Amino acid sequence: MKTFKLGGVHPAANKLSAKAPIEVAAVPAVVAIPMAQNLGAPSKAIVAKGDKVKVGTPIGEPGGFVSSFVHSSVSGTVDKVDVVEDPTGKKVPAVFIKVEGDEWLENIDRSKDIKREITLTKEEIIAKVKEMGIVGMGGATFPTQVKLMPPPTAKPQCVIINGVECEPYLTSDHALMLAHPEEICIGVQILEKAMGVNKAYIGIEANKPDAIQLLTETAKKGFPEIEIVPLKLKYPQGGEKQLINAVIGAEVPSGGLPIATGALVQNVGTAFAVYEAVQKNKPLIERIVTVTGKSVAKPSNFLARIGVPIQQLIEAAGGVPEDTGKIISGGPMMGKAMPDTNSYMVKGCSGILVMKNEEARRKEASPCIRCAKCVHACPMGLQPNFLAKFAEKDMLDKCEEERIYDCIECGSCSFSCPANRPLLDWIRQGKPKVMGILRARAAEAKAKAEAAKAAAAAK
Amino acid sequence: MNVILLALGVLGVLGAVGSLVLYFVSKKFYVYEDPRVGQVEEVLPGANCGGCGFPGCHGMADACVKERDASNSLGSLLCPVGGSDCMAKVAGILGVEAGAAEPKLAVVRCNGNLECRPKLSNYDGVKSCAVAASTFAGETGCAFGCLGLGDCVRACTFDAIHMNAITGLPEVDEEKCVACGACAKACPKLVIEIRKKNAAKTPAVKRVWVSCINKDKGGVARKACASACIGCGKCEKTCKFEAITIANNLAYIDPEKCKACGMCVAECPTGAIHCTTAVQTIVEKLKAKKAADAAKAKEEAAKKAAEAAAAKAAEAAAKVAEAPAAPKADQPQ
Repeated sequence: MKTFKLGGVHPAANKLSAKAPIEVAAVPAVVAIPMAQNLGAPSKAIVAKGDKVKVGTPIGEPGGFVSSFVHSSVSGTVDKVDVVEDPTGKKVPAVFIKVEGDEWLENIDRSKDIKREITLTKEEIIAKVKEMGIVGMGGATFPTQVKLMPPPTAKPQCVIINGVECEPYLTSDHALMLAHPEEICIGVQILEKAMGVNKAYIGIEANKPDAIQLLTETAKKGFPEIEIVPLKLKYPQGGEKQLINAVIGAEVPSGGLPIATGALVQNVGTAFAVYEAVQKNKPLIERIVTVTGKSVAKPSNFLARIGVPIQQLIEAAGGVPEDTGKIISGGPMMGKAMPDTNSYMVKGCSGILVMKNEEARRKEASPCIRCAKCVHACPMGLQPNFLAKFAEKDMLDKCEEERIYDCIECGSCSFSCPANRPLLDWIRQGKPKVMGILRARAAEAKAKAEAAKAAAAAK
Repeated sequence: MNVILLALGVLGVLGAVGSLVLYFVSKKFYVYEDPRVGQVEEVLPGANCGGCGFPGCHGMADACVKERDASNSLGSLLCPVGGSDCMAKVAGILGVEAGAAEPKLAVVRCNGNLECRPKLSNYDGVKSCAVAASTFAGETGCAFGCLGLGDCVRACTFDAIHMNAITGLPEVDEEKCVACGACAKACPKLVIEIRKKNAAKTPAVKRVWVSCINKDKGGVARKACASACIGCGKCEKTCKFEAITIANNLAYIDPEKCKACGMCVAECPTGAIHCTTAVQTIVEKLKAKKAADAAKAKEEAAKKAAEAAAAKAAEAAAKVAEAPAAPKADQPQ
């Protein structure tokens, strides 16, 4: 069985909610839809107090090139445009909507029938994906239409679909693959058409044999170009660069884009959202979210509307248990601990993990003993022990020399450290600083080149 | 014996060759440096803190000499550590007039101590404000204020800023602070501001500042911290010198215009405006006067009310007296 070449760790899978069916979460009396739901520029609210909206009405427009549309997930009246806490406690603008009934826009196809035939052209698909506010559903929330428009130098060869779900505890992608295999495959074909390629792989880790079997059977029945690739368990296999390496063996060059290998990587959740957007005209207004944890009474997979209070989802899974140390938005490896449960469902929220006090607490760090476990664990071939130290001491030139910009922040180094050193915490400090320097340098070089060009033209 | 002589000879020749090489290299690659740069560097404090904006004291000395040659003055160059004394010495060396340097110091613009800004969550990551700030909004409900992990304390090379364990906030030692700005640069929340010390004006240091940077709406800010600036505008109305401006639900006192009269401190409903002890005594008087005035006004109001009540009672009594009189007249006899 295939897997990626460099590094990796094996955290306990703890897929407690793997057998749980997808439950539809109740729609509350008021939802708050944050305007910062994608990587890049936040969206701008285009509704005001008192406006009537239906399910699917656009309420936010892109605030830049790397940005996306936001749609109302309920029908009702806009109560106010105010701020809410995001999962890290920071205030972000949001639209509050008082729910009245459940009226959907007329052009959304709500029937259960599966629509096989893809009638839209390449350009129309990309426009539709943008209009429907689709973002990467794996957690990074990168606007999908931007990814479907690679630089002209890129030569796309295949689409790789990420059904790995290597984060422990999370089962939302697994549940989705079991519930909608055919829709996912059609979504994959739409992505193929958008990229102009005729080959696709779906990578699934071996701890989901039912999903592998189901999707293999589905692919056999009418999707000959889709290949299901079972992968050996290893974290962070769901990382874009790791998945490309695991599935087609290619390596993304340091500092380069993944499309340089000819592969476009999308999450299964994104493939499903693309299917719904293109075939059913349905914007991204709901997603599957796992609410789980060892102390949670009923680990569940919910189909929740965007803007539902996180607190309500936890209540639905049995409430916050007595001995809770941390509540994490996302998985235990890359998720973020939430200071409170006052935030709301967003497009990128794949899971809510409740951790007991003892498992959540960080152990005290002791000095580095140079065992190089982090170096072996790093899937990008970096030296996290040095990077962390350089970043801590603000030695940015050394950080650059050691390729800090290649770090994917997977946390394998901190996980593997026997001295419990907070390696990733420090690397995360240095990385944006170095990236800033690199960007400034690139901008300077570009300006210089343009000035030289202008001077040459003037001559 | 021969061996020793041989060794001496060899070493002697090597030394001579080496010295010749060094001589020619030093002549060939000689870099002229203005001798005044060295002299100026002598009188600078040598802390290399970078507070002047140049990389170390040598950089500052170089800048002083260049500025003198360019504009025949020291311009706005100031060593925050040495202060005006040091700049006077530099001016003496360069033969120019020293400008009056305004002493400054670091001011912590957060007064959300543990009591008025309760912790809602516990952070157990790296004990560094920079790391905490990039991870989440903060342990308290306030997303703007001090995180209390002491990056400023570690940044200070003059031992002038310390964490107060009771309040959980950093405190600046006015005697030691040289306003180099290292703490302000280290603070990821931009809580620390370098402000005028106002020491020259009066014997006692009079300084007033808004000790809060919360830009949330009043209610939200107040909920997170009992002593937050809620942007109510009372101070702005009170100030006679137009020194206070309110922007983004937050008051700011312009140190250039502020006369440290203490009116705004007495007026602030949340106690977000802080001042030095010298101003505090004035504020106490103002507050006492205000309280006395209020008591007086209350007393007067009570008196008036009593008078009015008495008048009303009298009127009513008169009415009562009149009323029975009337029917009496109608009464059939």
